Amino acid sequence: MATSSMLPAGKSRKQRRSWGSLAAGIVILLIMMFPLYWMLNTALQPKAGLVEVGWVPTHFDFSGFTKAFSDQGTNLLTSLLVAAGAVVICLVIAAPCAYGLAQFRLPGAKSIVFGTLITQMVPGIVVANALYSAYVSMGLVNSYFGLMLADASLGIPFAIILMRAFMVSIPREVIEAAEVDGAGRIRTFVQVVLPMSRNSLITAGLFAFLFAWSDFMFALTLNTTDAVKPVTLGIYQYIGAHVGDWGSVMAASVLSAIPAAILLVLAQKYIAAGITGGSVK
Amino acid sequence: MSTTTSPAASVPTARTSVSATQPAARRTRGNKLAQWGFIAPAVAFMALFFGYPLVRNVVMSFQSYTPKTFFTGEAPFNGLDNWRTVFGDDLFGSALGHTLIFTVGSLAGQFGIGLALAVFFRRRFPLNGVLRSLILLPWLVPMVVSGVVWRRILDQDTGVLNSFLGLFGVGDATPWISSPSLALFSVIMVNIWIGIPFNMVILYGGLQEIPKELYEAAALDGASAWRTFRSITLPMLRPVITVVLVLGFMSTVKILDLILALTDGGPADSTQTLGTLTYQNSFVQLDFGAGAVVGNVLILISAVFAVFYLRANRSEGK
Repeated sequence: MATSSMLPAGKSRKQRRSWGSLAAGIVILLIMMFPLYWMLNTALQPKAGLVEVGWVPTHFDFSGFTKAFSDQGTNLLTSLLVAAGAVVICLVIAAPCAYGLAQFRLPGAKSIVFGTLITQMVPGIVVANALYSAYVSMGLVNSYFGLMLADASLGIPFAIILMRAFMVSIPREVIEAAEVDGAGRIRTFVQVVLPMSRNSLITAGLFAFLFAWSDFMFALTLNTTDAVKPVTLGIYQYIGAHVGDWGSVMAASVLSAIPAAILLVLAQKYIAAGITGGSVK
Repeated sequence: MSTTTSPAASVPTARTSVSATQPAARRTRGNKLAQWGFIAPAVAFMALFFGYPLVRNVVMSFQSYTPKTFFTGEAPFNGLDNWRTVFGDDLFGSALGHTLIFTVGSLAGQFGIGLALAVFFRRRFPLNGVLRSLILLPWLVPMVVSGVVWRRILDQDTGVLNSFLGLFGVGDATPWISSPSLALFSVIMVNIWIGIPFNMVILYGGLQEIPKELYEAAALDGASAWRTFRSITLPMLRPVITVVLVLGFMSTVKILDLILALTDGGPADSTQTLGTLTYQNSFVQLDFGAGAVVGNVLILISAVFAVFYLRANRSEGK
């Protein structure tokens, strides 16, 4: 840039510009975050009910959260259990496949990769439509395992693509060396390949968790009773039944947004890797 | 929330994997079987959870389902009856129209604003990285939750948007989601809000890949900012733009969660899309045959789009 050759005056102008950009960036963030702020704000003013909620909570009233916990506590646990189960199923199925597609020279491997990409084209509601009758005949409706399986399907194609892209870069020699040492195919996979692919496993697992935790469609369609009710479904039924009680609806919403917030803070680099790695790289 | 992966992404890596493994290919037949053992579970899973539903939906669209079907197990074939009923209903036409408006409107907004923000975040300033990652939060929150929160914000009488607009003396109690003429627009606005972070992050990644030298050369030539954007940024970003729009299309056209949580398809079916109509037919009316018909149309739209995209992608690569 022409300005960079200028002496102190230029530099301070540049600095001023960067503070201006920071201010603009903060404004953008505030606008994007406002709905989430409003969720928290409303949750802390449960007494406001249907009248207008103040712009800031003047005093913290946690009764909305207490109510949300007592109404949705079990649903939160259900979500946690189902999402954890879905992650396990997803990784157990996707990781060996990703390895096979990346390192074995098998006929048709390319078509399988292509098919994996194409699965993302299939609308979830279409899957649910067909799955429901299959689930009825197999007794998987209203079961934890049935919902875990369905939720795992949200993450499996993504996990295969993501981990495969990583495992392709594991040098052949490393794998052959392990096999020369007498390790079987499975031992090589578990003791050499998986530890080397740790980051991509974590990324795939995190996204599988978020997909399953956020799932609403399978929860809605594959459950006909209250036996298995994740929090997304709980909140949806909440707004049908208690529209007057926005404080606890919002408190439940805050609770269900917590995993996303925690992961964004603690596992930021994996999230970023998942978004760009899964779609562009 | 949804993340998807694109065909464009994997093609180069697929080639390297084949050439890298060539020398070690001579193995016994038992070995080959063991190798398939790694892949088989995933292939079986995907066949059951994606392949089977595709086939099953086609079959179901020719069957008569009633609320009794799941007790009796009987769903007799009824020829084209479901197709005739669905296509004969005005609701199908309007749902198709809403789906197209919703998809195009959402993509235009998400992409336009996402690109603007991606360009903005190319500037160097303190906390840039922190702000960029915090902005992802709206996209990571479950979509139903976003829908519910916006339902409260957009409430005609007590929603904060109308109170805010009231401060400036405008938007006197606008019925954002309670008026049939405005609801679809509001749903699109909310979906744009949800999609901005994803578009921004991917486009930002694409911008980072453009060689700095190109911009330096443009600056030396005295090109204006707009000229630089049009002649360097946009053409260099084209592959990434294609990916973002294709992924956006795939996830937007089938949307269900957001609309159910925000408007339930109403008021007066003004936000009914193919996704919500499939749901209504199958899981509310328990007419799975009619639901399958709408679902098949939805698949067809995605498939046509995918073929179109793959063609474009292939010719571009050569």
